[in-house]
Amino acid sequence: MRLFVSSCLTLLLAAAIGLGATWLTLTRGVAFGSMTIGAWTAWPKTGSVNIDPYARATISRTGALPIGVGDGVAFFARTDDAGNVLDGRCTFTVNGMTPAARYWTVTLYDAQGRLVANTIDRHGFTSAEIVRDGAGDFAITVAPRARPGNWLPSGGVEQFVLVWRLYDTPIGVASLTTKEGPMPAIARRSCS
Amino acid sequence: MTRIALWLLGALLLAGIVHLSTVLAMPTAANQDAFSRLARLTPVNTVVPLPAAAGQDATMPFMDPAFAVAVCRYDLSGGAIKLHAPLSQAYTSVTFYTRNSVAYYAINDRAAGRRAIDLDLMTAEQHEQEPEEEDVTAADRLIIESPTLSGLIVIRALAPEPSLMAMARRALAGAQCHIEPVAAQ
Repeated sequence: MRLFVSSCLTLLLAAAIGLGATWLTLTRGVAFGSMTIGAWTAWPKTGSVNIDPYARATISRTGALPIGVGDGVAFFARTDDAGNVLDGRCTFTVNGMTPAARYWTVTLYDAQGRLVANTIDRHGFTSAEIVRDGAGDFAITVAPRARPGNWLPSGGVEQFVLVWRLYDTPIGVASLTTKEGPMPAIARRSCS
Repeated sequence: MTRIALWLLGALLLAGIVHLSTVLAMPTAANQDAFSRLARLTPVNTVVPLPAAAGQDATMPFMDPAFAVAVCRYDLSGGAIKLHAPLSQAYTSVTFYTRNSVAYYAINDRAAGRRAIDLDLMTAEQHEQEPEEEDVTAADRLIIESPTLSGLIVIRALAPEPSLMAMARRALAGAQCHIEPVAAQ
């Protein structure tokens, strides 16, 4: 009897821990071979046949199609440079340099990867349309309410994700070093 | 005391097995992956433009809204596929995914170097059965081997500004994928 109870408890515990670990890794989006520059992280291998089992499981579960390495590379930011969570009720600035690429786009999503509805139908910028100053630099303001310049509306969502995609870029194809940078800096300005 | 420790150790080992096997089984068990989502919307071996990524109910998460996207959900069991994708003015790319969303090949307009991207997609077996003499013209023919019998070809055309989205969509409207007619010898 005692043996039976112990076996049942062990099996239950094993199932709970095993499934819990799977759920945790898949919802957090664990993947190997990441490349981090500042607040930005990319997983270039996820866009190739060398994708690891965790990334494979994650994309099957979410239904996403990763960007192929021959196409480009996607950098994800869920916090600013100081580690503050990207909160749609706060104001963030994104500015600085981008690595070499023929085109880039920056897009704002909610935590599940959906676009955030807003009145001006603005979900991001491309390298061709962004407004630059005389020196060719740009600054993006992510805020719930309208701002002058490159305003990216965050719609006041609790948490948002910024995705910086570089198209036709040598990054991620040839090497996995983090010296490839720089990536734009993200800083929190104020919270309403 | 030792007995409890042993049971716990056993539980942890089993937990590891449960964890690894569920992670590995996920791609085959998932019914919300990109292929399954697109299977509900797209006929097989036809290029279908996807609706704009805007709004809450996008076909797939994390789509780039700056791109017009068209998908060919292919099935090679009837023979090799010929893909033709005209280039838009800005940036066009074609990415090949297996049945389980693994991107196994991607090419962009600069690598293609012409006015359109033309590719032949086939399985390794079909490639072996290709007639020898056709290799003479192999330089003009880009052959891609698909690791799986079915999968997705995703054609993306960039609209550098929102006003150019219509142009990008028009470029994709000319894209085609169809089963190659068996060469009559």
